[in-house]
Amino acid sequence: MRRKSVVQASVAVAALLLTACAAPEDDNGSGDSGDGGSGTDAATATSAEDFGGMDALIEAAQEEGELNVIALPPDWANYGEIIETFAEKYDIQVNSAQPDGASQDEINAAQQLEGTDRAPDVFDLGQSVALANTDMFAPYKVETFEEIPEEFKDPDGAWVNDYGGYMSVGYDSAEVPEVTSLDDLLGADFKGKVALNGDPTTAGAAFSGVVMAAVANGGSADDVAPGLEYFQELNDAGNFLPVDPTPATVESGQTPVVIDWDYLNASLAENVSGWEVFVPEEAVIAGYYFQAINADAPHPAAARLWQEFLYSDEGQNLWLKGGARPVRGEAMAEAGTIDQELYDALPEVSGEPVIPTNEQTETAAAYLSENWAKAVG
Amino acid sequence: MPSLGLLPFLGYLTVFLIVPTITVIVGAFQVDGRFSLVNIKTLFGSTAMHALSNSMLLSAATAVIGAVLGALLCYLVVNAPPTSLFRRAVLSISGVLAQFGGVTLAFAFIATLGFSGVLTELLRSTLNVDVFGSGWLFGLPGLILVYTYFQIPLMVIVFLPALEGLKPQWREAALSIGATPRQYWLQVAIPLLRPAFLGATLLLFANSFAAYATAAALVSQGQPITVLLIRAALTSEIVLGRADLAFALALEMIVVVAVVMVAYALLLRRTSRWLR
Amino acid sequence: MRQTVLGRTVRGIVLVLFGLFFFFPLYAMLDFSTRDFQGGRTGEAWSQLLQDPTLTSAIIASLVLALLTVVGMLVLLVPTMVWVRLRVPKAKRLVEFLCLLPLTIPALVIVVGMRNVYSWVGYLVGDSIYTLAFVYVVLVLPFAYRAIDNSLSTIDVVTLSEAARSLGAGWGTVITRVVVPNIGPGLLSAAFVSVALVLGEYTIASLTNYENLQVVIALLGKSEARTSVAASLATLMFAMVLLLLLSYVGRGRSVREGKSQ
Repeated sequence: MRRKSVVQASVAVAALLLTACAAPEDDNGSGDSGDGGSGTDAATATSAEDFGGMDALIEAAQEEGELNVIALPPDWANYGEIIETFAEKYDIQVNSAQPDGASQDEINAAQQLEGTDRAPDVFDLGQSVALANTDMFAPYKVETFEEIPEEFKDPDGAWVNDYGGYMSVGYDSAEVPEVTSLDDLLGADFKGKVALNGDPTTAGAAFSGVVMAAVANGGSADDVAPGLEYFQELNDAGNFLPVDPTPATVESGQTPVVIDWDYLNASLAENVSGWEVFVPEEAVIAGYYFQAINADAPHPAAARLWQEFLYSDEGQNLWLKGGARPVRGEAMAEAGTIDQELYDALPEVSGEPVIPTNEQTETAAAYLSENWAKAVG
Repeated sequence: MPSLGLLPFLGYLTVFLIVPTITVIVGAFQVDGRFSLVNIKTLFGSTAMHALSNSMLLSAATAVIGAVLGALLCYLVVNAPPTSLFRRAVLSISGVLAQFGGVTLAFAFIATLGFSGVLTELLRSTLNVDVFGSGWLFGLPGLILVYTYFQIPLMVIVFLPALEGLKPQWREAALSIGATPRQYWLQVAIPLLRPAFLGATLLLFANSFAAYATAAALVSQGQPITVLLIRAALTSEIVLGRADLAFALALEMIVVVAVVMVAYALLLRRTSRWLR
Repeated sequence: MRQTVLGRTVRGIVLVLFGLFFFFPLYAMLDFSTRDFQGGRTGEAWSQLLQDPTLTSAIIASLVLALLTVVGMLVLLVPTMVWVRLRVPKAKRLVEFLCLLPLTIPALVIVVGMRNVYSWVGYLVGDSIYTLAFVYVVLVLPFAYRAIDNSLSTIDVVTLSEAARSLGAGWGTVITRVVVPNIGPGLLSAAFVSVALVLGEYTIASLTNYENLQVVIALLGKSEARTSVAASLATLMFAMVLLLLLSYVGRGRSVREGKSQ
């Protein structure tokens, strides 16, 4: 009897001890793949010069042979074509994990897979997640770094905005009447038809949608209560559909009205003729995404080459093709390297753009997480 | 020492079951590695309480509906002869359907009652009735309907032995001393079955409360129930640093399910006396 | 109990209603997945099951996981349960309690708390979807325990093992060549239930970002609804066939035993 309780006791102690510890940090065990023959430590390079020029960078990346990206849906700002073009151009295999993931999933994956070959090399994050995790990024300045306006980059290059857009309302003009203001959506013609891209307490696009509704109804980036009230009205009228819109749901007619970033709405136009995108002029909410390199990237040279590609004219124009506004857009328009046709095709935007700061986002997020469920269920 | 032979088993369970559970319990009382009651307090905040009350409502509703309908089905089955194909079929199918949950079940109902679902289109074209509405299927009402689908078979599996344990001799004995069938039911059968019925209902409650996959696949927006609030805490890109809250919510789940299962075990002990 | 005509009609109607409720969604899945956008029929969604690379690799991953889980469960449970019956009968209630514990601790809770443990697993074994088998064994324990326990109760383990030992068999031989062949149905039953459970598992795989079958089906649901419904129906059919086979195996055994008496 005593022996059994000794066994039980030791098991209990072992359990408590094990709870406290995690495995020893695998000190960049896959760092061997980063050495290549270049002689430079790719993981600490802060610009192409550290490699000895672009060609040396390309060589180092090709030696690594692979790039791990995460949470990049192919139809999001034309990422599908961007990945294909990069893979073909440099003969590097691109492993695209969790295309449906959110920004937090990217960070979670990087933490869970730390030290393995599957860890993401690069991130494309929403504002909140990016600014909360800057210690995970490796600073790097791409060749065109100087052309990027100050407010869109970290001075050391730890993160750089890559593309952005404005919050918009996309709608199938064959199913619903023309939308000229957000209030139109409260009408009887829109019963069961309005979808938000995600849940505002978890997804960036949906959150910005609520901010747009707030600003349009007399609120501001500091006060999103009017936005919440708007969606409550929308829900009470039976117009709000708690379904994530996808190209499939738009095609089938399940979600004829989608509140989302304008570049995402623009990609929907490919599948549905008569798809219109409307940016309310009294509520122009801008949002940029953040590019960063994982400090523990298993393929550091490939990661840096990816950044160079994204910020080159070619990369920026590919994003433009997806309907997004590339961060070097103005500089390229001046230099004439931008694809003028596509640039002009972007939706008309008048009015002062609002970009919520990190503090405003935090306050609004806390408010929404308290009240969204009660308002909309 | 013979009990050493149990060490591999005990060790394995400790590592893969006990340690995660203790991690959750300990983590619920920590913020950033230091002791704190902040997360426990959030549990009593309006969002978490709202989710908890919805979870309780969902579990209670599906438990009661599942129990009543399941008992009815049991009654219909128990009257059939023991070797009939019908009875064996019901039992086998119940065994399968009770395990049928999660993503597969969610898609089954989307294929039936979703926007382009078979039943939706049927009703739309024949009776001009829009059963899809504003997407009730993807919220709490939808969850209640879908959960019932696996709760009823579970009830059949759990309750049928009890119903079968009602020996026909007891009914004959009661009738032979002058009781009416109604009196037999009210004074003999139902009191005997009550612990088993209540116990099975509790089991259904716990099953529904802990279920995650079905809700995760069906509900993409909102966190109407506790398990989805845990998902949001782990994956949200808007409200950050909520992993500790996930621990607190998980602790809440352990407590609720543990209480229910203890009550179930006690009721089970009462029933087994009669089933021997 | 005499069945009146009214009683039988009512009973019939109620049974039909139950039947409709349970079988209509299955029919709906079949209909939905074979739909053509022009209103005709097509097997396109079903052929996608074999062609879509993400889906096929997920199917293979889940099948391998099921196999690993069954092996792990058998290796862990059978020797332990036999040992308990033979040498440590007092531990029976403890083992039973521990095996039923996963019913009380939801998978969601386990996945929330297992990050530390899995960082060790990743460090020692490497990072791969197949490491999920470790935690899956825990999930199947309640069902496997009951099946094997029922089977062990039908044979007299103590006498058999004493006889074998007296003839000079070691413990290993006792377990593998004496006990195991006699509890075949129980082992098969445990194996089938484990496979069904692993194939249907979503919670842990999705929150650890591995792409098993259910995770991929859920992902596909957003873009290719028909294919994901087809995959769901296929999984369900497979599990149904498994569990029906299981009930036949169980009955076959008892029929044989009944005849030999």
